[in-house]
Formats: sequence, C-alpha cells, structure tokens
Amino acid sequence: MSAAIDLDPIGIGEGEIMEISMGPHHPSTHGVFRMDVRLEGEKVVRLKPVFGYLHRNHEKIAEHGAYLSAIPYTDRLDYLCSMTNNWGYVLAVEKLAGIPVPERAEFIRVIVAELTRFQNHAGLVGFLLQDMGASGTPLMYAFREREKVLDLFESLSGARMMCNYMRFGGVRVDCTAAWLDEVRRLLPALPRFVDEFENLLRANEILMARTQGTGVLPRDLAINAGVTGPMLRASGVNYDLRKVDGYGVYSRFDFRVPLGDHGDVYDRYMMRILEMRESVKILEQALRDIPEGPIMDPKTRLRGLRPKVGEAYGRIESPKGELGFFLISDGTTNPYRYRVRPPSMINLTILEDMCLGENIADVVITLGSVDIVLGEVDR
Amino acid sequence: MTALPPVEDIKAQIEAGIPGAVVTVVPNGSPSGQHSLLLDHEHARAVAIFLRDHAELRLDFCSLMTGVDWLDTEASEKVKVKKMVAAADGTEQEQEVEEVRKTKHPGYLEAVYHLFSMEKKHGPVILRMRTANRTDGTHLPSLTPVWRSAEFQEREAFDLYGILFDGHPDLRRILMWDGFVDFPMRRDYVPPADDILVTEAHR
Repeated sequence: MSAAIDLDPIGIGEGEIMEISMGPHHPSTHGVFRMDVRLEGEKVVRLKPVFGYLHRNHEKIAEHGAYLSAIPYTDRLDYLCSMTNNWGYVLAVEKLAGIPVPERAEFIRVIVAELTRFQNHAGLVGFLLQDMGASGTPLMYAFREREKVLDLFESLSGARMMCNYMRFGGVRVDCTAAWLDEVRRLLPALPRFVDEFENLLRANEILMARTQGTGVLPRDLAINAGVTGPMLRASGVNYDLRKVDGYGVYSRFDFRVPLGDHGDVYDRYMMRILEMRESVKILEQALRDIPEGPIMDPKTRLRGLRPKVGEAYGRIESPKGELGFFLISDGTTNPYRYRVRPPSMINLTILEDMCLGENIADVVITLGSVDIVLGEVDR
Repeated sequence: MTALPPVEDIKAQIEAGIPGAVVTVVPNGSPSGQHSLLLDHEHARAVAIFLRDHAELRLDFCSLMTGVDWLDTEASEKVKVKKMVAAADGTEQEQEVEEVRKTKHPGYLEAVYHLFSMEKKHGPVILRMRTANRTDGTHLPSLTPVWRSAEFQEREAFDLYGILFDGHPDLRRILMWDGFVDFPMRRDYVPPADDILVTEAHR
C-alpha cells in the first residue's frame, strides 16, 4: 500500500475525499444547474459549476432575426425580469442607431423596471430563506407580493412574465391614468411587506448564524472577477449603473445606493431588502413626475431598422447586475453580432472561491445569495 | 465620473508605456462612437496589465468579453491589362483587355474586451485581438490572468467560436457538452439534421 492518497478514482475506502454531483435536479439549484463538489468530510475542497442544460444558442437565433424580433426573445433570458431585459436590449439598439426616446416612455420604463427589481428581490429573499430551511412561508409571503406586481404587468402589457413591452424609441403601449393610479395604490403596501419580512427575520438567530461570515467575497476579488449588482455592493463597492451611467432618467431621482461591509451572505440578503426600499422611493418620484406626451419616437422604423455599419455596447443595472448587450451592425436588417452579457453567469465565476473551506450546507445558501436564473446563465 | 481621454491618447499612452506594442485604432461608424484598439498578440497581456494598473485609467473591470467571427471575403476589381491578342489576319497585336482580378482576404476570429473602471467610473475602452485565420491559427493570449471576469466568457468564446486562449487556467467547453465537435456560433456552422440523436453520456 502506498502512503499517498490516490484522489482519482475518488478515494473510496480511504474515506477522505468524496466527490458528489449536486444537481442538475436539486431543490437548491433553482433550475438545472450542477456543481461538481469534492468534499473532505463536510468541507468543500473543490467546486466546479457545470451548466448549459438550457442552452439554446440564444445569440445565434437573435442574429438570424431582425432587430425587432429579438425583443420578445430577450424576455426568456432572465424570465423573472423580462422588463429589464427588454430595456437592456433596446438601450443597445438605441445607442447603435442613435434613436432618441420620449420623456414619458423613459418614465414608464423606470416604473416598470423598479417594479421588476422589487419583485425579483422579493422572490430572491424568499428563495434564499427557503434554502436556509425556512420552508415555504417566507417564499409564499414574497410571492404574494410578486403576484400584485405581475397583475400590474398583465394589465399593462397583456402578459405576466413575458411582457415584450419595450421598443427601441419608446414602449409598445401607453399606460392609462387608471393604471398609474393602480400603481400608486399598491405603493404603500410594498414597504409594509418589507417591514413585515424584516420584523420576522432580521434578528433571527438562525438566520444570523447561518449567513454571517458565510461565503465571504473580498472587495478586490469582486472587482477583478467582474461581479456586479447587489452582490458587488454587498462587498462594499459603490458601483450602481443607475448612478454611474444615469441611463434613462435615473439621474433625476433621489435615491441611495446601499453598501455592505463584509461581503457575506447576510450582507447580500440585506442588500436586497434595502434596495427594495430604494426602489419604492424611485417609484414614488417617478409616479409624481411622469409627464404627458408621446411614448414612441415618431421617426423610428420598428420594422426593417437598418442601423449604420458599426457597433455599440449598452448596459443597464438589472436586478441581477450589469446586463449588457453588444451589437455589431453590418448595415442589414439583422444584427451581425448579438451578444448578451449575462450578469448571473459572470457572478458565478467566483462561486468556487466563496465556497472553498465552507460546509457543504453553506454552498446551498451561498449559491442562493448569488441570485442566478438559468435561462440567462445558459442562454 | 471622470472623462475618459480620446482613444488616440490611450493608444499613445500604451505605446509610450509598453515599448514595441503595436496598437491600431479601429474606428466605429455608429452614433455610439465606441472606437476600439487592436492589439498585437505578443504584447496584449502587458498592455492589459498596463491599462488595469494605470493611475489615471484604472480599468479594473472587464465587463464583457466576446468572440466575433469574420468570414473570408473576396474582393473583385476590374483592371485593364495589356495582352497580345490574335487579330483577324493571324498576326498578334497588343490590346488593352479588361480583366476581373479577385483578391482573397482571409477571415479571422476576433476577441473583444469591454473595459470599465469601477474606481474612476468611466469607460468603455474596447480592446480587440484577431486570430491569424479561422482554421489552424486560432490562438490568442488569454487575459484571464489579468481579469478573472474573462474566465467563463473566454471559455464560452472557445466553446462557441473555437478561439484557443493560451494561458487560460481551465479551457473547457462550458455550454456545449464535452463530446461536441463543432463551434456553433461561427457564421458558416451547419446544424445537424434533427433526426440525429446524440446518445453520448454527459460527463
């Protein structure tokens, strides 16, 4: 017998290293996602994310269609946040072709995007607590709130999740005064939900013990690994595209960017809670200031748009992070190159770094705090 | 938010900072005005480190990395050539004849990097690298050692375009399965017929 432990084939008999495959059908992976984990006892010594189960070559399909026909397809990227996906894409096309957007359309975009952010974050904290073992109840509380937002989307665009609402140069249909009143009526309920949620869970001992100091992501690594969104801000980097780029009309609103201290799961959880409150603030201001006017740029041709030869990269702050679209035009009606910058896939790059040395049970909540949607990761 | 210097100034700064680096400005005709810099393979990583650590630029955030496929193009032009032509009486005469001359431009794969600065809050600075051709010379230096965010995206460019990144720590297929042979995002990719079922195990 040799003294060295042979790791490959995996040390059955030695009882030291165990390799397990978490997923692709695992309740904690939020879809079809697999992690190849090597364990020493309960400690993670290696973790490789494996994905692509939902891969359908989204980019190729979009390159085969006209600029307009990619919009409904972007709904299917991050299927919880179709409104922000639409916005990211139309912003890139607007940059590519130099299309102006009327003011009212910009305000409607802000309203639907912040509602999207609210329902995404509500869903995320629900799922995260579900992963921690708070089975069912917090998730159902969150989904109750999400339903109200989806009802609003349904009455505005005709669809609850696949909204297909924005167009380059504006939005597809105007919102009525009654719809805006409906949003105004919903607004006070949103912070009440956050309060209720926080009162139940904020000082919960189990929540603190499980999340504080777990899955720590240091600031420098977060920047170098291109982590964006609430996850980056939980590590203490003040980088929110709504402030940095001020795209749309975001520069007119008064809101704060919450920042974390430790970059652990607890900070990431709190980031979502705090951002929900800021979203409500933005919604209040947008509903107060929304002007009358056209919702589409009259000169823009939706069908048969032919941008000049060139390229553009447009990006927005989606609920998951920086959602970008890179388009190259060759002067025809189809994009020559259509590329999505999927925030949740790039945020997965450092999943191994966050999980090394942790317990296997903490891998589940660390992954939960990253907030991935496999429709976007796999494309 | 500090303003970014024009792309020509960045080119001059790179060439002053990295002796021998060949940087070409690739203009962009779109209203976005996002011009890019084409790097040579040899100095690409040094340039990347230079841009990341530069005191004023501080491009610490590589947001987007992607591949682009440019097919072989054939340009044809009409040229007038003097030729000996047999005349009707049997003698040869010099005449000017129009000929179509075709020149082939080999295609290439391109890697595009969009850089921003989280510290200075500016960007984008766009870097490009081009492979020698689309068949056997598809090597490019990997920039993953400089920006971790390129790790999965370079794997994706390898998976879907077939760009081989030298120096990448873990260059495997990422979205397609390991036994897959072709590169589906290339412009000339032909998908297999629907009735072919791939039964290989997913490792």
